Amino acid sequence: MSPRKIRLSTTPTQEALDDLQLGDIVYLDGLMYTAREGVYKRALEEKANIPMELPRDSAANFHCSPAARINADGSFEMGAVTATASFRFSKWLPEWMEKSGAKLIIGKGGMSSKDYKSYFVPNGAIYLSTVGYGTGALLGRGVENVEAVHWNEELGLAQAMWVIRCKEMGPFIVASDKHGDCLFERENAKISQNFDKIYEGTRPATLKRYGETDDRSDEVI
Amino acid sequence: MIPIDIIQKTAETLMDKAAIEIPQDYLDGLQAAADVEDGDLSSFVLQAMLENYEAAKEDRRAMCGDTGTPRWYVKMGNDTRIEGGPIALEAALRRATANATNGVPLRPNRVHPLWRTDHNNNVGIGAPEIEYGYEPGGEWIDLITVHKGGLFGTDYRMLFPSDGIEGIRRFYLDSLIAFGKRGLACQPAIIGIGLGGCKDTCMVLGKRAACLRTVGSENSDPKIAQLEREFKELGNSIGMGAMGFVGKSMVVDCNIEVGYCHTGGMQMSVHAFCLSSRRAVARVFPDGRVEYRTDPDWFTDYQRRETVEWDAPAMEAAE
Repeated sequence: MSPRKIRLSTTPTQEALDDLQLGDIVYLDGLMYTAREGVYKRALEEKANIPMELPRDSAANFHCSPAARINADGSFEMGAVTATASFRFSKWLPEWMEKSGAKLIIGKGGMSSKDYKSYFVPNGAIYLSTVGYGTGALLGRGVENVEAVHWNEELGLAQAMWVIRCKEMGPFIVASDKHGDCLFERENAKISQNFDKIYEGTRPATLKRYGETDDRSDEVI
Repeated sequence: MIPIDIIQKTAETLMDKAAIEIPQDYLDGLQAAADVEDGDLSSFVLQAMLENYEAAKEDRRAMCGDTGTPRWYVKMGNDTRIEGGPIALEAALRRATANATNGVPLRPNRVHPLWRTDHNNNVGIGAPEIEYGYEPGGEWIDLITVHKGGLFGTDYRMLFPSDGIEGIRRFYLDSLIAFGKRGLACQPAIIGIGLGGCKDTCMVLGKRAACLRTVGSENSDPKIAQLEREFKELGNSIGMGAMGFVGKSMVVDCNIEVGYCHTGGMQMSVHAFCLSSRRAVARVFPDGRVEYRTDPDWFTDYQRRETVEWDAPAMEAAE
C-alpha cells in the first residue's frame, strides 16, 4: 500500500492539521523559516525581537540549515536543504511554540510522544519529518525563492534564520498526529519484537562505561 | 614535479563531485536494497532517495543539505614531488575546501567547539582533516575527499579477547539499533568496523573501512571477508530499514579493517557512512594529467602489511 499524499499550506487550518495521519506524505506551499539552536537561544534566552511576523507569515518551523551562500550583490544561492535532528531542541520548543504560534515543526527524527502530548497537542501542532534525511536536492527544488536571511551576522550562515518561499516542497512524512501519537515509536515497538532473536548468542560487554549509568556507585566491571 | 595549481583545481572539482554525485557502487547497492525492500514506508524512503540522487545530478546541487565535514585523504608514491612541497599542498587543499564551500555551495558546518565561530568556509583549527598514506613506487598523488556526516552512527567499545566474536556481534547490533532508531544514522549505510589498533587507530581504521572502501569490496583476509558478509546479513535481518521504519535495508555493505592491538584487548569501533556517501577521488600525475574515479583503493597490500620489511621487487613485478 503506498502512502497518502497531501498538499498543505505553511499556515494551515486546524482542520487540515487534524486530518493528518501518521505516515502521510506531505508537500508544503508558502513561507517557512529555519530555526535551530542559535535562533532559539537568541530569541528565547537573549530575548531578541523575532524579525518576522509570526504566525501570520508562517507557522512552519524547519529544523534546518541549508547548503547556501549569500552572493556579493546580496542575493542568495540555495542548493540543498536538509533537516537536522530535532530531539535536541525540546528544551526550547514549548516556549517557542507559545511565542511563534508554530503549527508545523519540520525536522529529522521527530520528538517523543511525551513531547507531542505535552505541548504539540495543546497547541494544535504537528511534526513533519524529512524523508531519508538525505533528500536535500528534492527539497531544494521546492524552494521557489529565498526571501530573507536574519541574524546571519550574529549566528553565521548555518545557524541563521532563513526565510524560504516553498512550492510543493517535499516529501515530508507526518510523524505525529492530533492525539500526540508518534510514528517512530510505533515503528520501534514493532521492530523491538525481533530483538531477542537477533541478539541470541551475543555477549554483553565485559567492561561497562560511566555515562551509560548515572549511578556513580556502580563499578565498570 | 606535480604543479600545485593543478592540485588545487582538481581538489575543487572533487569537492563538487563528492557533494553532488553519488558513487556508482553505493547507488548499485542501494538499488539492490530497494529491489528487495517490502516495508511500505521504507520502500517509499528508498525510492525518494533514488529520485534525489537524480535531482542532484540534473540540477548540479548538493544531494543533501548537510554536506558533512569535508576531509582529505592524500596518498603519494615513494617518488612523488609536489611543487612547493607539503606546506603548499596543505594550503591548496584548504583553499579548495573554502572555495568549494562557497561555490557549490556546501553548508559551512565547521565551527569552533566552544565559541561556535563559523568562518563560513569549512576551514578552521584542524579542519579540514588531511591524512596521508604512501605506496612504494610511483610519482602520482591521489586526492580523496570524503564528506561524512558528523553526528550519529559512530561508537567505540573496548572489548577483550574473552568477549570473542559474540562480543563483537553484540556491539555491532547495539550500534546499529541505537543509531538506527528514527534513522539517526541515515541508513542504509556503509558500515565500517575497526578492530584492534589502539583507541585512536581503531577509530581511524573503522572510519576508513566505511569511507575508503567501496560497496562490494572484500577484505583480503578470506575469514574477515566471510565475517563482513555475515555482518551485512545480520544487520539487514534486524527488521529495521530506512529512517528506522520496519524494513530490511540497514546495511548497504559492511567493511572490516584490522590492526594489531594490545595482547589483552580487542578494541572495536563502528562507523556509518550514510545515504549520502560522499567520496570522490582523483590521481594527478607529474605531467598534469588527472584521472577521476570513485574508488579510493586505499587498502592495498602495502597498507595492510604485517612484516618488518616490504618486499619491494615483488611489488614492482606485480605492476
